[in-house]
Amino acid sequence: MIAAIAGRELKSLFLSPLAWSILAVVMFILGWIFLVQVDSFSVLQSRLASVPNGPGVTDWVVAPMLGDAGVILMLVSPLITMRLLSEERRARTLGLLFSSPVSMTEIVLGKYLGALVFFMIMLALIAIMPLSLLAGTSLDLGMLAAGLLALALLLATFAAAGLFMSSLTEQPTVAAVSTFGMLLLLWIIDWAGTGRPQVGGAFSYLSLAHHYQALLKGLVSSTDIVYFLLVIVTFLVLSIRRLDRDRLPH
Amino acid sequence: MAWFALSAPSAGRAKKKQMANETLIRVEQLYRYYGHYCAVNNVSFELAKGEVLGFLGPNGAGKSSTMQMITGNLAPSAGRITVAGTDLLDHPKQAKRQLGYLPEQPPLYRELTVDEYLGYCARLHGVSRGERASAVKRAKERCGLDVEGPRLINNLSKGYQQRVGIAQAILHNPAVVILDEPTVGLDPIQIREIRALIRELGEDHGVILSTHILPEVQGTCSQVQIIHQGRLVFSDSTDSLEHRLRAHRLIVAFHNAPTVDELRQVTGVTDAQALAEGRFLVDYADTDPAEAIVERAAAAGWRLHELTPERRTLEQIFVELTTAEHNQPEEAA
Repeated sequence: MIAAIAGRELKSLFLSPLAWSILAVVMFILGWIFLVQVDSFSVLQSRLASVPNGPGVTDWVVAPMLGDAGVILMLVSPLITMRLLSEERRARTLGLLFSSPVSMTEIVLGKYLGALVFFMIMLALIAIMPLSLLAGTSLDLGMLAAGLLALALLLATFAAAGLFMSSLTEQPTVAAVSTFGMLLLLWIIDWAGTGRPQVGGAFSYLSLAHHYQALLKGLVSSTDIVYFLLVIVTFLVLSIRRLDRDRLPH
Repeated sequence: MAWFALSAPSAGRAKKKQMANETLIRVEQLYRYYGHYCAVNNVSFELAKGEVLGFLGPNGAGKSSTMQMITGNLAPSAGRITVAGTDLLDHPKQAKRQLGYLPEQPPLYRELTVDEYLGYCARLHGVSRGERASAVKRAKERCGLDVEGPRLINNLSKGYQQRVGIAQAILHNPAVVILDEPTVGLDPIQIREIRALIRELGEDHGVILSTHILPEVQGTCSQVQIIHQGRLVFSDSTDSLEHRLRAHRLIVAFHNAPTVDELRQVTGVTDAQALAEGRFLVDYADTDPAEAIVERAAAAGWRLHELTPERRTLEQIFVELTTAEHNQPEEAA
């Protein structure tokens, strides 16, 4: 059942020009950033080599590119997730799911999986760029893997947040704007509390950027992974509860 | 357990009677509140196999809410719903397997083709992989969609979209098919075809359909329920509704008109009223005085040229039932 719902979601995504154009735009921008980084590295290479313990190609090219990818995808991921449930609500197709022998959890997980598979396809395409450097040089593969894991967790979080926002409204654009607002807030929330160590820690724990950048440095710590998983589960549970509320007397 | 017996094909009225005790849907004391507003108020009924139950009521009477509760789209505030022996609230998945539902607006994914859409619905309803293709084919045949398979749903006319909606509801061969206003917005030919389809479905499924078009109930349903302000105000067979339609009144017209008093003296006539141009309204109680009037007219030379039994329209009954102050749900005959 979950697979059926996810499959339909993915099919509908790729039947609309939106998904294709988002893939194209994201790949173009990231390709540009990647080339600029590679170029600057080749110019500065000789000087960087003289710095003891200086940055290598992975630090100089891959980590910044993945960092930018996080921000760019924060901008576009709401456009992918906005229709997940709001479109079903608007087209009145939610009734089909509700009257089928499928539980609310299965509906939400199916929808989530559909979006997740799309994001993982995007991630795979992005990963090709740094991997292409292997043809000419050697990479810090551990750091690259940590970076890709970070982006995967980040995208999974975007998808969960977008799904929840989409469950709240009938208007896809409202879902997109509120998803973006929430993600941006979670991204910059650690700006608050600078210079106040007693609250600063709490704000930086809440921040998406804080955990993302920690992973990008190649430090895979369970704190960061657990943070992402907690956010994902929270949004999925909230989505299930929101859908259930459609049926219950209030 | 009842499911195997249900999937066996059945036809004929005699057989229908035999199976009448096979209850497919039992609704007991159903309530639904929206805040303080009571949309469905103490509704109870049963649907047996081979019955087509018509749900009549003005807009906002609670028809759709009731149907949404039976199909699990809405949780009741109180009450019990049993589908083919399974409690809908306790075992929703198992109960929903026996249900096919067409909401007021067909739940269609417009970017898919008819085949893709029906294939997806089949998967959702748990039709096994091997049977999916044949289930889709059968549903398309029954709904007259044989050649529409590769077309995009978005490009179909409204009537065909409605058929896709019905195909979706009968795809998994459910015991009960629930259709919410299935003929709204269709042209007369399409309406006739869909009514025929519903009658056909009624032979081996239980069907509930809601409508506010009264002739539709006469044409397709075996049972009628009229719902008004959330309450059932009438629940009986279509035949007995038909019985209520007889108005105990004749319209007669003569070229050589008698006086009102002369008419009142005819056996069986309780009252007469003169209309213009030699026409009269004749009321009667138990025995139809038509024959007596003809005999009397011939004998007295009144030159009778018109005699029409007046029928009340369903609309009148409907208004009478739904506007009466003290509505009591009727006992089933």
